[in-house]
Amino acid sequence: MTIRESKRLWLACGVGLVWFLILLWPMLGIKPDGLEFATTFKVFGYVAVAAVFIMFFYQVKEAGYLDTVGAPAKQATGLIGAIYEKTPNWVLLGIVLAGAIAFPLLTGRYAHDVAISVLIYICLGLGLNVVIGLAGLLDLGYIAFYGVGAYTYALVSLHFGISFWLCLPIAAFVAAIAGCIIGYPTLRMRGDYLAIVTLGFGEIVRLILNNWMSLTNGPNGILSIPRPELFGYDFRSLSSMYYVILGLAVVTIIAVYRLNYSRIGRAWEAIREDETAAELMGVNTFLLKLLAYAMGATFAGFAGAFFAARMKFVGPESFTFLESAMVLAMVILGGMGSIPGVILGVLALVALPEVFREFEMYRMLVFGGVMTLMMLIRPAGIWPAKRVGRRSEEAD
Amino acid sequence: MDFFLQQLINGITLGGVYALIALGYTMVYGIIQLINFAHGEFFAAGGYMGVILISYLSSQGLHPYACLAISLVLSMGYCALLAMAVEQLAYKPLRQASRLAALLSALGMSIFLQNGLMLTQGVYDRAYPTEITSGGFAIGAISISYMQILIVAVTAFLLVGLNLLVFRTRIGRAMRATAQDKVMSALVGINSNRIIALTFAVGAGLAAAAGIMVGLYYGSVNYTMGFVPGIKAFAAAVLGGIGNITGALVGGLIIGMVEIFAAGYISGEYKDVFAFIILIGVLYFKPTGIMGENVDDTRV
Repeated sequence: MTIRESKRLWLACGVGLVWFLILLWPMLGIKPDGLEFATTFKVFGYVAVAAVFIMFFYQVKEAGYLDTVGAPAKQATGLIGAIYEKTPNWVLLGIVLAGAIAFPLLTGRYAHDVAISVLIYICLGLGLNVVIGLAGLLDLGYIAFYGVGAYTYALVSLHFGISFWLCLPIAAFVAAIAGCIIGYPTLRMRGDYLAIVTLGFGEIVRLILNNWMSLTNGPNGILSIPRPELFGYDFRSLSSMYYVILGLAVVTIIAVYRLNYSRIGRAWEAIREDETAAELMGVNTFLLKLLAYAMGATFAGFAGAFFAARMKFVGPESFTFLESAMVLAMVILGGMGSIPGVILGVLALVALPEVFREFEMYRMLVFGGVMTLMMLIRPAGIWPAKRVGRRSEEAD
Repeated sequence: MDFFLQQLINGITLGGVYALIALGYTMVYGIIQLINFAHGEFFAAGGYMGVILISYLSSQGLHPYACLAISLVLSMGYCALLAMAVEQLAYKPLRQASRLAALLSALGMSIFLQNGLMLTQGVYDRAYPTEITSGGFAIGAISISYMQILIVAVTAFLLVGLNLLVFRTRIGRAMRATAQDKVMSALVGINSNRIIALTFAVGAGLAAAAGIMVGLYYGSVNYTMGFVPGIKAFAAAVLGGIGNITGALVGGLIIGMVEIFAAGYISGEYKDVFAFIILIGVLYFKPTGIMGENVDDTRV
């Protein structure tokens, strides 16, 4: 990096900081009883120090001073990569699965709770991954299917007394129907319009859940939903619920994996890469896009039914747009279309914030920031999906 | 009949506000084909800036309407700066990237700004001072508040101003040229980056004004207030034919009317649903919108 480039970078950083101060001060500093500066400069100070530190680090890295640290680190990651390549997949999967099964025996109640929500989000993320990662349909109302699944289980089990295990396919089926209903009118749209229409549908579902008093009990939600039961064994403890969702997550992972490498999955990828070409090659885009919605919704339905059983309560507040955006952020952060990527994304956005519990209020701020930042620096995600073949843009 | 007229007046008031927000969407979409999700957040930030400034200025002993005028101008300026910063950070580096990336970046920015607003201003509603929002008169059984007249007047003033800017100035011509063809307009010496930044600034300024209007109309602001009006305004922009300024105005009025009439005659709880149904219906049956035919010569 030349002196000139470096100067320009520092200048941009300085201008950005001044701009930030101008935007920050009116929000924090103007009070009805007068003008205040202390809070603003405290916050500004933190951000400025962080920015300067990052800039400095970036410069040092660009200048090559970190190669003494960076080179061994790169070697180490390369070594881990090589070991990963050599070990057969079933060994790795076995280790992970054994860890997952042993997990509740080694940890406490709080950890079970976090693990359960991680697994729920894994189901949701993988379901959304089918829609957005494989078929390339941006769905911003995905959480609606989760809600449909949860409410279906709650209502069917309360009114008809049907057990959890029977309700599970019913909830998934109803969610899939909802997926088809939402998918059908949107099939003619692409890109932005699709995103906004699915968002509208998601909001409609939430408003219906919120206002249909006689069916859903409105904003009060539905209480005392039964827990699952199996041959007289009651899944009352948290660790037993953990195994239920672990089972569901494993089923979801296997199903998504199999779908990905099936003819249907390949057809989805073809639609994602170039819809017109796929159609010309004889892919039934209409049916397959509808199927993508239905499949995605099915997994959300499973997760929703479990969520209702685990919380023993459902209310419309759990199915807002922000939840959709959160699941989307997980899929994007991890890597669209890649199963380990999505799992990584979920861990990063659900488990990590639990570690930094005292910064709870900054959580959504970080979500938003991470989403934008990922698009800027690494649009494919942490663990990008392996591509089959080449894209037409890459050829030229 | 009285009820109908009353609803008509309420609908025009609300529709004008939606039109103001929709203009920002439509201008930005017209120029870089991006749904600026953060636009609703500029609207919310404008509403908050209005509360902050009005409370501060009125504590200094200014006349309420003077407070309002000054706050309006300052909030519009503030949101214009905010929009330019967002554009510079989150959208400009993604001009050449896929549209999905830009859309997700916009979504991230929206969540980021919304939570920034929450962290700086708190989770609770903030109320506008009542000396501005109260007062009104009645014609027969129809009551009109001064607030409604003010909202309609400010909206009309801003719309005329925007029209003059877009169709009577060099900047406006440059904006229209950039919207039509970025490369060609760059070749004739238009700095397209500057024009895009300016479009963002103008759109956000209008959204900020709308934020204050909504704050005054409902009496309070909340950090989540940007989301639903943002989507409704987008519906208005699509309904009018996205990229079309007149269309955004017509679309805004229609959405406002539909919402008010649906709330009055069908059901208050489901009023938001109707805006979404219109959005889906328009995108399904006529994606170019009702004014979509002349999208090429009047788009900005």
